[in-house]
Amino acid sequence: MSLVFAGVCSHAPGITGRADRAEPDLKDGLYASFDRMRDAIKEAGAETLVVVAAEHFANFFMDNMPAYCIGMADDYQGPIEDEEWLGIKRRTIPGNPDLSHRLIKDIMQDVDVSYAQEWKFDHGIMVPLHFLTPDNDMDIIPVNINCQGPPLTPLHRTWAFGKALRRAIDAAPEKIALVGTGGVSHWPATPDSGKINEPWDQSFLEKWAANDKDAMLAYTDEECYAEGGQGAFEIRTFIAIAAACEGNPGDVWFYAPIPIYAVGCTVGAMAGS
Amino acid sequence: MSLYYVQKLIYTLNRDPNVVAQFQTDMDGVLKEYTLTDEEKHAIRKPDIGLLYVMGVNGQLLMHYAALMDYEWDEYIQAMKNGLEEHGQVRAGLYLRTGGGAV
Repeated sequence: MSLVFAGVCSHAPGITGRADRAEPDLKDGLYASFDRMRDAIKEAGAETLVVVAAEHFANFFMDNMPAYCIGMADDYQGPIEDEEWLGIKRRTIPGNPDLSHRLIKDIMQDVDVSYAQEWKFDHGIMVPLHFLTPDNDMDIIPVNINCQGPPLTPLHRTWAFGKALRRAIDAAPEKIALVGTGGVSHWPATPDSGKINEPWDQSFLEKWAANDKDAMLAYTDEECYAEGGQGAFEIRTFIAIAAACEGNPGDVWFYAPIPIYAVGCTVGAMAGS
Repeated sequence: MSLYYVQKLIYTLNRDPNVVAQFQTDMDGVLKEYTLTDEEKHAIRKPDIGLLYVMGVNGQLLMHYAALMDYEWDEYIQAMKNGLEEHGQVRAGLYLRTGGGAV
């Protein structure tokens, strides 16, 4: 098998852009967990990092919105946001178009995934990369699940996508790390920014850690919206990783509501690689 | 109401520095390219971030337009709260104040 690591993490822009406005202990704990993930990916010998993200209209808009898209470029640029606003310097990120091509072709056996040879990373990918590949020395393959512009892909299709992604990764000889990045409950960029439904988050993360497929797929968009806000649609990224590791448990390394970061900050890993 | 084109304009500004440069020197020239109501043009020009929020502009777009127009984060949040007081509940889209969940 060529999947050498699987995990999930948050990507809220406040994590880097408003870093020092959080309680120091919480910030340090979150940052240490990102460091732990970086070390785990390195120790696993990963050559490429596939990031399953939920971007925020940096590349995809309602004029032509793919449910799923995978990058197939030589390289990518990011962050698209103002560097000072996000707290991350702009850079060119190496891609791996040959591996992308093989993954896309394999996934297409089951899921009609789009592909893109241009892609500007927003905070949804750049915040994780800020911690996971600070030296910009690993090939990145971006994956996007539309979690912004409804209608959104149903959760059972997200599961199918995660399974197809895993099969495609396992068919590749390269050592590949897989990280899903999204929020659990959050009301980002609204007057309610900073509100976090911790009990709802904990309930979802328990289901995720147990890799309880039926429980995760039982969520509805209506429930996510009511209980977890606009940001909760991003549970799709966590569910895709659970599907890729079907039958294996996850381990939530860090969870803490950090209101100035506008999300319950989460870092975790999942067995099965 | 042409919320789609308000958001398309902001999406384009986020992606294209050349459009930003034109927007800063010839805003009306950029606005002519989009199908916008007078209220929408007014909200964009002023800028009235609170009104744009109430119109239903997705926060993931609006927060970047606010930053482009030199709003600090706390000013952006306050502008949306002011917009709700002045203009009422969000008219469209997903980014209304839901009131759900715990604080």
